Amino acid sequence: MMRAGIILFPGTNRERDMALALARAAGRKPAMLWHGEADLPAGLDLVVLAGGFSYGDYLRCGAMAAQSPVMRAVREFAGRGGHVLGVCNGFQILCEAGMLPGALLQNAPLRFLSMDCHMRVERSDTPFTNRFQRGQVFRSTMAHGDGNYFADAATLDRLEGENLVALRYTTPEGEVTEAANRNGSARSIAGILSPNLRVLGLMPHPENQVDPAIDGTSGLPLFESLAASFATA
Amino acid sequence: MKARVTVMPKSGVLDPQGKAIGHALEGLGFAGIGEVRAGKVIELELAETDPARAKQLAEEMARRLLANTVIESFRVDIA
Repeated sequence: MMRAGIILFPGTNRERDMALALARAAGRKPAMLWHGEADLPAGLDLVVLAGGFSYGDYLRCGAMAAQSPVMRAVREFAGRGGHVLGVCNGFQILCEAGMLPGALLQNAPLRFLSMDCHMRVERSDTPFTNRFQRGQVFRSTMAHGDGNYFADAATLDRLEGENLVALRYTTPEGEVTEAANRNGSARSIAGILSPNLRVLGLMPHPENQVDPAIDGTSGLPLFESLAASFATA
Repeated sequence: MKARVTVMPKSGVLDPQGKAIGHALEGLGFAGIGEVRAGKVIELELAETDPARAKQLAEEMARRLLANTVIESFRVDIA
């Protein structure tokens, strides 16, 4: 059964929703881990960086959190083949920490965007997406001011060439259009993977859609994918 | 020793804030405005008294934290 831990930075505010999503999918509550810890508990399968506004978004979103003691441990954990999920501010932290390439710029329309979005699953053979089908579109929510994914052309080409774009903003029908890419992300990128497929960063919040009584369960397969990956562990 | 670190969006990186400032200036009636770029300035007080070493130190700080060199360039001035 999956052992997950959620890192808490000052200003993290989506950890409880994330914990509910992980518990619902995996049947076990994740541990809450304080950012000042220099070590992660032994035996973790998954480290999650949840959404929020760590350190008040000072300097750049995620810049301060990326320098905190626990992130050294998270980097080592990923280096040993550990699984890491970064959502929203967590994605920004992973980029600032150099664990994923690129950066998240201010949204192209210069506004905080809080709205539904649709994402197309670009590959289903990863620990995060095995309960989706390739090409499947699912609805989720975005809530960010800086979600405009940027990387230089060579990095974008490498990501696409190595099939590391996990999720793309599309219309509900799965079409990549400028209108569906509200924050202006390069090549409509919503989420990217590390080369070993064990680190995923994405801007939208699949943890919002895990309960039929609240906003449906369209995001649940992401957490069920992780649970399935560690079902026998 | 004081170091002033100027951080700017790299050329080629979209700067929506700079664009919005440009539009606002045009709205105020200012003509002939080309590209507008918006960055930030960070002033540091350093114990180091050697200007060359102070500059080196501030540049290291800029590379490690003050600028994200994926999207930003920086310049250090020592005063």
